Amino acid sequence: MLSARELWKSYDGKVAVGGISLDIGAGEIVGLLGPNGAGKSTTVSMLCGLISPDRGGVTIAGEPIGSDGSVLKRRIGLVTQEIALHENLGAARNLELFGELYGVTGRLLGERVAAALELVGLADRARSHPSTFSGGMKRRLNIACALVHDPDVVLLDEPTVGVDPQSRNAIFDNLETLRSRGKALLYTTHYMEEAERLCDRIVIIDRGRTIASGTQDELRRAVPGSAARVELEGAVDAELLALLAARGLTVRARSGASIEDVFLHLTGRELRD
Amino acid sequence: MGPVAALVRTDVILYFSNRRALAVTLAAPILLAAFFGAALGGPSTKVSRVPVAVVDRDASPVSKAIVAAMRSDASFDVREAAEPEATRLVREGKVRAAVVVPVGFGEEAPKAVFNPVARKPEIGILYDPSQSMTLALVKGLLAQYVMKEVSRAAFDPKVGGDTVAKVRRDVAARTGMDSARRADLLALLDSIARVQAREASAGTPKAPGSAGLAMPFETRETQVAGSRDRRYNGYAHAFAGMGVQFVLFMGIELGVGLLLMRRMGLWKRLRAAPLSRAALLGSRVASGTVIAAALFSAIYGAAIAFFGVRVDGSAIGFAAIVLAFALLTSTFGLLIAALGRTPEATRGLAVLATLLLVMLGGAWVPTFIFPEWLQAVTVFVPTRWAVDGLEAMTWRGLGLEAAWAPVASMLAVSALFALVSVRFFAWEE
Repeated sequence: MLSARELWKSYDGKVAVGGISLDIGAGEIVGLLGPNGAGKSTTVSMLCGLISPDRGGVTIAGEPIGSDGSVLKRRIGLVTQEIALHENLGAARNLELFGELYGVTGRLLGERVAAALELVGLADRARSHPSTFSGGMKRRLNIACALVHDPDVVLLDEPTVGVDPQSRNAIFDNLETLRSRGKALLYTTHYMEEAERLCDRIVIIDRGRTIASGTQDELRRAVPGSAARVELEGAVDAELLALLAARGLTVRARSGASIEDVFLHLTGRELRD
Repeated sequence: MGPVAALVRTDVILYFSNRRALAVTLAAPILLAAFFGAALGGPSTKVSRVPVAVVDRDASPVSKAIVAAMRSDASFDVREAAEPEATRLVREGKVRAAVVVPVGFGEEAPKAVFNPVARKPEIGILYDPSQSMTLALVKGLLAQYVMKEVSRAAFDPKVGGDTVAKVRRDVAARTGMDSARRADLLALLDSIARVQAREASAGTPKAPGSAGLAMPFETRETQVAGSRDRRYNGYAHAFAGMGVQFVLFMGIELGVGLLLMRRMGLWKRLRAAPLSRAALLGSRVASGTVIAAALFSAIYGAAIAFFGVRVDGSAIGFAAIVLAFALLTSTFGLLIAALGRTPEATRGLAVLATLLLVMLGGAWVPTFIFPEWLQAVTVFVPTRWAVDGLEAMTWRGLGLEAAWAPVASMLAVSALFALVSVRFFAWEE
């Protein structure tokens, strides 16, 4: 559905993105992972046409994304990292605005607004202002604003920052629903467990370059000598593990590393802030 | 409704939904205009009297007559005082000036009328430097009354007889004078002496000179305002000035609002929509213009309803000026957003720039009190065109043709602001 080829972008001679390529198919969630400053946001901005790449290009269903006013942008929904809402407009009015910006009008707009609110569980708060919402509700409305025009591709830039586990779980359910409806989703995050739960494929970038990509199993296999991952019920230490096994307690072992292990192995453990 | 219309509608709804901020935005210019308008005299034509102290150290008939004449003048509120008290009153700002008539004034001044080499008595004027415009008024009216009373004394045989005789002796005895000129002067003094003698024998002053030298003309003052039956209304200027100021403040909020949208990610989301840059910026300009025009209309609505301001000139011209200024305000906001970096720093600088524009535009004090070079500069300040244009369409009562120059200049500045904004607007975060 969305295809990016050899995207390059530099600022003041410094390469922010250096030749990133990725594809997102219909009904697929692709995770874009990377440490701070890796080039994730710049990549997302190029994918949705906010900034033009110095080299390379982005296509949707084979059609290249053009300038600011390109109609192809109607096929993209962007969920920004910031909660980009008008706090003093009702939830439905926010959705109507974004729907109209993408050319949705009339009865169809009303139906889309209702569907988007229903999807994110805010149907009963349609008239309420976001200023009265919790952080999780705002995040869900933030996502709904990117869906109201029913895009084929949804780009989500860290959409769960600062939300509680319940809201996060609800957001995951929403995204899985979208995947089941055939949408192509790109998901950037710092949280590895989110990528593990949601993503069909993962692209890891660092310093503007792709350093790994593939399914979760493919990535796990790429880490040499990774320790077995075990899930235990009860207190944990090395001796206890042996004792537990010897005493017949349940010990589930999974082969390969976690996605977080893979990520840290590839990008290192030093802080990037 | 198209995307641009949706953006404009949203901006307008958001602005007017903040009732508290809107109330302040409207109340502030109306209250300040009411204050300044009242200070400028409001709709009344009554001129306030200038408080002046008089120190009559001479206490002669001439000086007393001068004081009496000043008292009878509607321009002055005269209070007599000793010199120390008069000085104190000036220093404390309780009177604008004090006139000190010296001892011997009544005797020396008539002599000085006929004898150019005689010592001229000196009237002291103590004045408040913060009210220096009063000095010209006091000097002008004082000259009128002094000339009248001193010349009356000079022609009075009791007071001026000896003076004329003495001056005649001086002229006759002066050496080095042209003989023809001496003869003319002596003839003049002789004729004055004859008039005095006739006055003395008649017992009552009848000759023209006996009433003193009066101003050879009188004035009839007529206000030249919009219509014959309507007088100048000080509120008209005040509402033009304060309206311009506070609508420009609203323009600052529009610009800072755009910077805040950028910070919040809203701008990024709008840019992700299939809208051209022209549509995005154009919608901001359009919504700003609508809001500014609505605010200005509401401010003038209050001026018309409660302060007697009337559009005595062209209503179409008035509307055109309001719309042109609204567009100017909107592009000013865009310029702020284009040149600003953070909302906080930008707001402070923009307020400073606005206050300068407003002051130079004559919204606070009339531009005629500025130095000449500054008055020349204000021709290039769009706020002056706005204030002048609004005054032309209200109390001056001028026609549509008087609106074109202000409208054209404001549109030109708006275009300049828009061009600079587009040139420097940071599209990529």
